[in-house]
Amino acid sequence: MAFLKSRRKFIGRILQYLGSLGVFGFLIAGHAQREKTGLPAIVIRPPGALSEKDFLSACVRCGLCVRNCPFDTLKLAELGEPVTTGTPYFVARRIPCEMCTDIPCLEACPTGALSHALLDINKADMGLAVFTGVDTCYAFTGIGQCRACYLACPVKDRAITMEAHRRGGRDVFMPTVHTDYCTGCGKCEHDCITDQASIKVLPRHLVKQDAGLVV
Amino acid sequence: MSLERIPVEQLDSPEKNRISRNRWLLTRRTCQLLMLALFLAGPFLGLWVIKGNLASSEVLGVLSLTDPLIMLQSLFAGHAVYVTAIIGAITVSLFYVVVGGRVYCSWVCPINMATDLAAWLRSRLALSRDLVIPKQVRYVVLFLVPFLCWQTGTIIWEFVNPITIFQRGLVYGAGLSWGVVLLVFLFDLFVTKRGWCGALCPVGAFYGLLGAKSLIRVNAGRRNRCTDCGDCYQVCPEPQVIVPALTGEKKGLSPLILSGECTNCGRCIDVCPENVFNFSHRLTNIRP
Repeated sequence: MAFLKSRRKFIGRILQYLGSLGVFGFLIAGHAQREKTGLPAIVIRPPGALSEKDFLSACVRCGLCVRNCPFDTLKLAELGEPVTTGTPYFVARRIPCEMCTDIPCLEACPTGALSHALLDINKADMGLAVFTGVDTCYAFTGIGQCRACYLACPVKDRAITMEAHRRGGRDVFMPTVHTDYCTGCGKCEHDCITDQASIKVLPRHLVKQDAGLVV
Repeated sequence: MSLERIPVEQLDSPEKNRISRNRWLLTRRTCQLLMLALFLAGPFLGLWVIKGNLASSEVLGVLSLTDPLIMLQSLFAGHAVYVTAIIGAITVSLFYVVVGGRVYCSWVCPINMATDLAAWLRSRLALSRDLVIPKQVRYVVLFLVPFLCWQTGTIIWEFVNPITIFQRGLVYGAGLSWGVVLLVFLFDLFVTKRGWCGALCPVGAFYGLLGAKSLIRVNAGRRNRCTDCGDCYQVCPEPQVIVPALTGEKKGLSPLILSGECTNCGRCIDVCPENVFNFSHRLTNIRP
């Protein structure tokens, strides 16, 4: 190579390359590390999404899932949002997943980031509903007889049941989520009538643990 | 293609008007804007010719296209890519293998308009070329990308890639994505001439390697007319590729610009007052 005129120049050039390689790699890796640290709790991935770590190796951020969602539920994270830029998510309180039986979002995914192994939308595992309304839920505080979440749930009578409890000398009902059936679609959170939803869908890894690991 | 010497008195008049001086530039801009328009027609006009973005898309609901470099990153990150994306990546690769890899850079990539503008302003404002980043750095970056994908388990270049960040921003709602283009533009304008596309961008480096043996090439077929005015070197984003084709006659080098780094932008064809260059194909290189 003509530009390598002397040994000193050659060594200098090599050092220059290694240096820029190091700096560049360090910057990109650091940026990526910051970008991929966890999913905010209100953010739910589409049905069939691989575990967050695998999802980030698979999703090419093309948005075909977003385009094929008939309910405009899904959105691609924009630069500056706390979700990895360009990856799809939805916020249940805004528009929940309507659980289409043909799962068009997953059908459209070219890479399998939304796993084509999911054939039955009722087996989806987007997140997990959690009852947070001990002090606010109309049914549980005994203010009224609301059961909006129960009625909204597409996995009727299995994912959410209204369980009777004795509270302050009265019978009240608590929306109770059954983790084996809840798909995390977020319809309960969406339909909840309190200001802040009294039932919320959270990413599953934040909520459900393998019982065997709990010390 | 005529390689025989043309006597000077028979040269056709080199007078070019404004249009013919910018013919390929105008064609190329039209193509770039058309590419953007095709992606934007869906979300804004409901005309779904292409769904998705430059990372992966679906044309008229049947043809899948996937960026091969992004698919490779996914493979290196440890994901067993689904067959749709693999077929899409092969389709895209085949196209660029024929027309020239870096045709992606000069005819499709939306960032090119910003970097071309920066280069033009640079020459207009007579900004000096103070910092030189070796053009080989992009190959180092290209090597680094799969390595870091493997190490971090993510499609790492997509955290940085201004092409997809910007185009996705346009198609799906902007956010801060304009900022990325601005950064690249300012970098090219103030830091170094044609620094991003010419020295750093691993996407361009990848497509350059992909099209290293591409069919369609620019040909300095009438190089004997060259007056050494240097206009082509001035406008070329990769001037080093012109040298062997234009000056290699005595060394027996082909008049075809054979380097994969050539973006087939055709700007040299436009500006040459002697009409030295034209689009041709590699097979003219084979002589009986």
